[in-house]
Amino acid sequence: MSVWVDLQGQDSVVAQLRRAAQSTSPTHAWLLTGPPGSGRSNAALAFAAALVCERPELAARGCGVCKACHTTLAGTNADVTYIATEKTTITIDESRALVRKAHDSPSSSRWRVMIVGDADRMAERTTNVLLKAIEEPPPRTIWILCAPSPADVLVTIRSRCRTLTLRLPPVADVAALLVRRDGIEPELALTAARAAQSHIGIARRLATDPGARERRDATVNLPLKLRDISTAVQSAASLLELAQAEASSSNEERDAVEKVSLLRSLGAPETGTLPPPMRAQVRALEEDQKRRAKRSVTDQLDRALTDLLSFYRDVLVLQLDARGGNSAQHAALELVNDPLRAQLQDFAARSRPETTLIRMDAINSVRRRLTTTNVAPLLALEAMAVSLL
Amino acid sequence: MTPAARTAPRGPGGADWRDVPLAPVVLLFGPEDFIASRATDDVRRKLRAHNPELETTSLDAAHYTAGRLGMVASPSLFSEPKLIEVSALASMSDDFLQDALAYIKDPAPDVTLLLVHAGGTRGKKLLDALKALGAPRIECLPFKKDNEKMQFVSTEFSLARRRIDAEAVRALVAAVGASLSELAAACSQLIADTSGMVSTDMVDKYYGGRVEATAFRVADAALAGNAPVALSTLRHALATGVDPVPLVGALAMKVRQVAKVHGVRGSSAQLARDLGMSPWQVDSARRDAAHWSPPGLATAIKVLAEADAQVKGEAKDPVYAVEHAVMVIATEARR
Ligand SMILES: [Zn+2]
Repeated sequence: MSVWVDLQGQDSVVAQLRRAAQSTSPTHAWLLTGPPGSGRSNAALAFAAALVCERPELAARGCGVCKACHTTLAGTNADVTYIATEKTTITIDESRALVRKAHDSPSSSRWRVMIVGDADRMAERTTNVLLKAIEEPPPRTIWILCAPSPADVLVTIRSRCRTLTLRLPPVADVAALLVRRDGIEPELALTAARAAQSHIGIARRLATDPGARERRDATVNLPLKLRDISTAVQSAASLLELAQAEASSSNEERDAVEKVSLLRSLGAPETGTLPPPMRAQVRALEEDQKRRAKRSVTDQLDRALTDLLSFYRDVLVLQLDARGGNSAQHAALELVNDPLRAQLQDFAARSRPETTLIRMDAINSVRRRLTTTNVAPLLALEAMAVSLL
Repeated sequence: MTPAARTAPRGPGGADWRDVPLAPVVLLFGPEDFIASRATDDVRRKLRAHNPELETTSLDAAHYTAGRLGMVASPSLFSEPKLIEVSALASMSDDFLQDALAYIKDPAPDVTLLLVHAGGTRGKKLLDALKALGAPRIECLPFKKDNEKMQFVSTEFSLARRRIDAEAVRALVAAVGASLSELAAACSQLIADTSGMVSTDMVDKYYGGRVEATAFRVADAALAGNAPVALSTLRHALATGVDPVPLVGALAMKVRQVAKVHGVRGSSAQLARDLGMSPWQVDSARRDAAHWSPPGLATAIKVLAEADAQVKGEAKDPVYAVEHAVMVIATEARR
């Protein structure tokens, strides 16, 4: 089982990373970009594992079975540092700590690997601290930065990195990954991959959590319920509630997993009270989780709006297809919300593509506003909902 | 509600207005309308939970026709349970007093008689008789002490499954605690407008310098289509340094409530349940809704969302953004 196996549909990126891992002097700074869900952090970890792999033969690097590969993928290799704080921004203290760490020589591997999971969330002054380390790296250190697109990181950083771009994998590849890696039933995997629009993490969540599936269904069904001003305002409220519920449910799951893994790595006793230094670490983790919770409602809302948008995208696809005179092939068209095909066809027949485009604009403008300005989410959603009437 | 609570209500004066025990006769006594209306909501909700077919009748004890109580209490064809709400007992007529005294000795089965008495000694014989019978009595008294008001705020938040920190509770009571219905409205605005733990900062932002009174006056005038009053109140507020952010929040909350009830049929209690509002909010929103058309409301919501984004940094002139929204709303309302 090589470390590259889960990067299906990313052949050219995998080929380049593989070649670099087998080289004796790989480029020392990398920028991995790609849309959310394309598997940037999976790719970064696989690359890191291949760099530190214990196999002596170059062609076998990234074997996926040696201890170094294993610990890297599990996030416990001492020579691989992964920072993805998921807080609003990476703080300057954290980036200083990273820089210090980057100057340590690797303890047992050929390389020390520093991964920054969300380089796009770094503030400018934080980036400047990292810049020095990336400009003049210690001889045995390799940096891997991840961000949605090259434009998301400062040009000064970008110009010092070799950039590789992951694409959103095809639906079939995402489904196959869910089947192989997570043991999901093929049919469910396909529906989830489609509904997630190829976002790997979301596809996995939809496939494994019935609550998340229900909430997504409720979101996508909203346009069918919009009849008048009262239902529009009520729909806005339920959209917000659904996003809040999804945020807290996905946080709870992750918070619990993180706490268990922290306690394990601290070697905490199974029962009884924790000694004070451990308690302080747990508190620090909980603080981080709280900060993350704030951001995640906005993120979930954005995701919910993407789901809502997918309804109108499907409608538009059907409308344009009908206009092209190919309506006989309706059944062959691939829809994100395939289970809703009948309702979507009905909806498409009752409106015009021009209207659908205007509605999609309304959704996109509220997405922009929610992520860039600190607007009241409910009011913004209400304005969107009445525009969809 | 268990059957035991129906037959053995808590003693006089002891019952909680948030959890009114059901009994054949219930008395709401005291001048605080807000508590009386919330207690009434609670009785309606509980009876409907028993049987959604509940038939509700309102009587006015001051303008009362002899024999009416017996008529409305007599069993109907399908013997649905009945709730008879009698208001204005503080100025009850002698006819009502006589009928009520006779009725409570032998109450009709499946009927709940809810008596609302604003206080004073009118109908003392009836009040004494109710006491002797052990009918539940809810004291509808204004909260005098701050800790009663703080308890009220904490309970409102926990019922909405939201959290507010203790300092914020104190700040909210200090800012708008003078009137209980204003305090309740402030709680529902904070619950609707914010997310996560409500802090002192948020309370200050919304209610520091008693913004809310002005904000709601502006909103009331604008929604009723009274542009001159809305605009002059707004200008005065802005001139005295009121933050435009909570102003937009107050307007949005009122427009939201009007939009929710617009064109929806059903009793206030039914709507309150379906829309997550309280019946008094439904009634007030319905009065405003008479001034509004659906496109007008859609415009109002959009212009407010625009103003919200403007006052939060998209515009160089936030004051103009709010003024524009208020003008558009006041003009739309007239149609
Ligand atoms: Zn290996």
